Amino acid sequence: MEKRRGRKVMKDKEESVDDDPWRWLVHKGIVASFLCIAVFALLVRAAVSLHPYSGAGNPPKYGDFEAQRHWMEITINLPVKEWYRNSTTNDLSYWGLDYPPLTAYQSYIHGLFLRFFHPESVSLFTSRGHESYFGKLLMRWTVLSSDALMFFPAVFYFVIVYYASRPHGQKTDIAWHIAIMLLNPCLMLIDHGHFQYNCISLGLTVGAVAAVLSNKELVACFLFSLALNHKQMSAYFAPAFFSHLFGKCIRRQNPLLEVSKLGLVVLGTFVLVWWPYLHSMEAFLGQIRAPSNQGFLYGLLNSAFSFYIFSFQVHEKSILLPLLPASLLALEEPFLLKWITFYALFSMFPLLCRDELILPYFALSALFILIYHGPSGRQDRRKRLSFNSVVTTLLVLCSVLLHIVYITMQPPNRYPFLFEAVIMFLCFSQFVVLCFYSNAKQWSLKRTIFMDKEKKLL
Amino acid sequence: MGLQGATSTPHLLWFFGIATCVKLLLIPSYHSTDFEVHRNWLALTHSLPLSQWYSDETSPWTLDYPPFFAYFEFFLSIFANLIDPQIVHLKKGLNYSSNTVVSFQRITVILSDLCMLYGVYRLTKDLDSKRRTLIWVLVVWSPMLMIVDHVHFQYNGFLLGFLFISLSYLEEGRDLMGGLFFAVLLCFKHLFAVAAPVYFVYLLRHYCCGGLVRGLRRLLAMGAVVTAVFAVAYAPFVYHGQIQQVLRRMFPFGRGLCHAYWAPNFWVFYIILDKLLAFFLRKFGFATPTPEASFTGGLVGDSSPFSILPQITPVTTFMIVLLALSPCLIKAWREPQPGMVTRWVAYAYTCGFLFGWHVHEKASLHFVIPLATIAVQNMDSARHYYLLSIVSCYSLFPLLFEVREYPIKVLLLLLYSIIMWLVFSAKFTDGEEAKATAPIKKEAGHVAAKKGGFLIRGIEKSYLVGLLVVEIWGQLLHSIFFGERLPFVPLMLISIYCGLGIVYSWIWQLRWIIRSPES
Repeated sequence: MEKRRGRKVMKDKEESVDDDPWRWLVHKGIVASFLCIAVFALLVRAAVSLHPYSGAGNPPKYGDFEAQRHWMEITINLPVKEWYRNSTTNDLSYWGLDYPPLTAYQSYIHGLFLRFFHPESVSLFTSRGHESYFGKLLMRWTVLSSDALMFFPAVFYFVIVYYASRPHGQKTDIAWHIAIMLLNPCLMLIDHGHFQYNCISLGLTVGAVAAVLSNKELVACFLFSLALNHKQMSAYFAPAFFSHLFGKCIRRQNPLLEVSKLGLVVLGTFVLVWWPYLHSMEAFLGQIRAPSNQGFLYGLLNSAFSFYIFSFQVHEKSILLPLLPASLLALEEPFLLKWITFYALFSMFPLLCRDELILPYFALSALFILIYHGPSGRQDRRKRLSFNSVVTTLLVLCSVLLHIVYITMQPPNRYPFLFEAVIMFLCFSQFVVLCFYSNAKQWSLKRTIFMDKEKKLL
Repeated sequence: MGLQGATSTPHLLWFFGIATCVKLLLIPSYHSTDFEVHRNWLALTHSLPLSQWYSDETSPWTLDYPPFFAYFEFFLSIFANLIDPQIVHLKKGLNYSSNTVVSFQRITVILSDLCMLYGVYRLTKDLDSKRRTLIWVLVVWSPMLMIVDHVHFQYNGFLLGFLFISLSYLEEGRDLMGGLFFAVLLCFKHLFAVAAPVYFVYLLRHYCCGGLVRGLRRLLAMGAVVTAVFAVAYAPFVYHGQIQQVLRRMFPFGRGLCHAYWAPNFWVFYIILDKLLAFFLRKFGFATPTPEASFTGGLVGDSSPFSILPQITPVTTFMIVLLALSPCLIKAWREPQPGMVTRWVAYAYTCGFLFGWHVHEKASLHFVIPLATIAVQNMDSARHYYLLSIVSCYSLFPLLFEVREYPIKVLLLLLYSIIMWLVFSAKFTDGEEAKATAPIKKEAGHVAAKKGGFLIRGIEKSYLVGLLVVEIWGQLLHSIFFGERLPFVPLMLISIYCGLGIVYSWIWQLRWIIRSPES
């Protein structure tokens, strides 16, 4: 169905096609474009994997890489009940498991893979701080395979569903959107550089979003609950999911049955941190009153932003969470995406410097900018800037200057974290501005959709 | 046309930008001894006076390229010295491989690719924008250049750039400039001289024509230009009395017929045939001598590495290459068409690759990349290029033998196959509806085989599937069935199988050249 509609669209725009440098990429339909971009995205990830990981060569604690390896060691060598218990064989002060059980199961599967090819890397006790060529390779391949099996299909599912409701969408826009989502520099740097498995929880989240957009609520609940059980930070999105689904249920014939169906799906797998929820009350209420797919996506963004800005003990890597809905909304809010990506990257810069990932940082940022500003037959996407360009240029220059200062200069002895503080303050200010903007956008969206619905009822 | 040119040149830079990002990410990947070779050349051109460049033996990686390359390394060494003096220290820099030197050298390769960018731009600037974009995609994103230049480490990009610039001048009809750039190229890397007969015949017939006086005058002009270029390159060494040493370094015929890893050329089949004949003759009771020499080592006195078949010497290979070139030379003599120059030159390098002495598998770059520029001319050329580029790229896989680079080289080849298939489908199935998509398998060759539009024949499809079989055998099945025995078999299989593809390409090119219409 999609391809026929897409092809009709192509024929209508035949005149502008000849000059379109992307016709070769899109003329065979979404699947072929996705395949091409996906293989390129995998190649870039494989290249980033060549670079150092967090805590490389840094005893006694090393970093996230060692944590993940340790969890594989624990899960394949100890029975399930012991995984979270402090004992002589499982010293919780040395990278104790601090994610929900799905991460543990995933570590178990990956641990089996590592044990098959390189047992010394996951043997109990003796593999602590194990760093070898082959061990690193196998670990990197677990992330690559998780990405390819979880995140990529989820993005594909999302693209199919999202563009099903947009028959007037240009094929090159679809390809651009796929590229933006798959070539997200922050995700690649954190997962394949620093070393983490955000691709799994984010992939499950994207799958849940796509399920919501295609009205498969039970599937959505299931996938999102899985995401929550992989990383509890996925709860940043919970208010948006809850409010949208609840709002939909109320409008059905038998609301109680609908809600209990969803509740049943969710119930055994839910762990929430509720108090930041109060800060996103407006978004929460908004979706209950008038659920819409558009509103849902903005709700995800706002909910994630609120959690990020106000939560306790937030890692800079958590910026990946607001970044995800921003990339899902890339076509509606291209400038928002560019700005948040730029400052998300910048907020992670000190972390990446410590991991010696400066080169991939710059290479992937350049790649993102190139993809974002890719040559296109249509120009109107670029013209949708609605911010004062003097201010934005100034901010960009400041940021670039700060990059250079951070790399080259030493902070004064009295304030050893001065540069980090300045960077974080700048990034924080931009996130707050963007948060206000997206909240305002969601509210104005509510009103227009509400008014349209009222007109329909009349 | 002009307006299209104005809007699409930024596209070329954009494609280059994307490729550059990937190249930057590949900086910490495996690099071969060629890396130390070039670092050593940086050191010796920087630390020693010119008279000792070709006689220094501090390191086993002695200078064996012509003088322009040595001047190029000297130029780079100035910057290397500013960044990290240990790079250019003759003794302390030996096998130096810290982050500074790796990043520095890798970035010089990336920057020198700008020359190739200019070359391909110049070669395509008179084509329509659609064709131009497709050629840029095929050249700038070539996985072979990525593997050889940016991982294994070499400087082929900018040399091919000079070749393209020279070819672009010839196609425009500005033969003097074309000859000039070719002469410059020869003084960078003399391996490109395989195409010299083609250039000679073409320029003689195309440029030095129009009567005896004019022809003679032009011949003198061309001769003067070429001599001037060679003079600039070699004169300082003649002055220092080093010219014999330079030539000895540039032409080390003490090496064997084949490189340690057999390049997939004709001699592979010759060797296999010799071994098979020896095996069968021995079975039937004939006394056959066991050769003392090996194929990859030097010539051991008079003894031949072959049991049955006649010995091959450098002179023999030279004659055979010329023989293979002769149809092309005859065509060029009879009708020197500017439009055919690229094909003739590519054919020349194919012959040199197939029949030459001590050919490296990397030399396939010399003919595959130029063929990319003519691949979009018609369906037949596109099909041929599709097969050839996949086979040549695959034949380069043994260069990256570390496990870490395995996903990278496979993904590079896979991505390029998908891109080529999309590009050629876009070009050759205008207006046709693409057939329904079958489930996609992520394997090279399978992708093209299952879609409609750009079609490749059954035999080519099965050949590409065979590549997959060879790879699975080499990576997996061989160790299961044979364990540690016969360790050379996987590599030999790759050489033989790819050799078939290259021979097919040679025959296809020859047929095309012979059958090309004369106006």
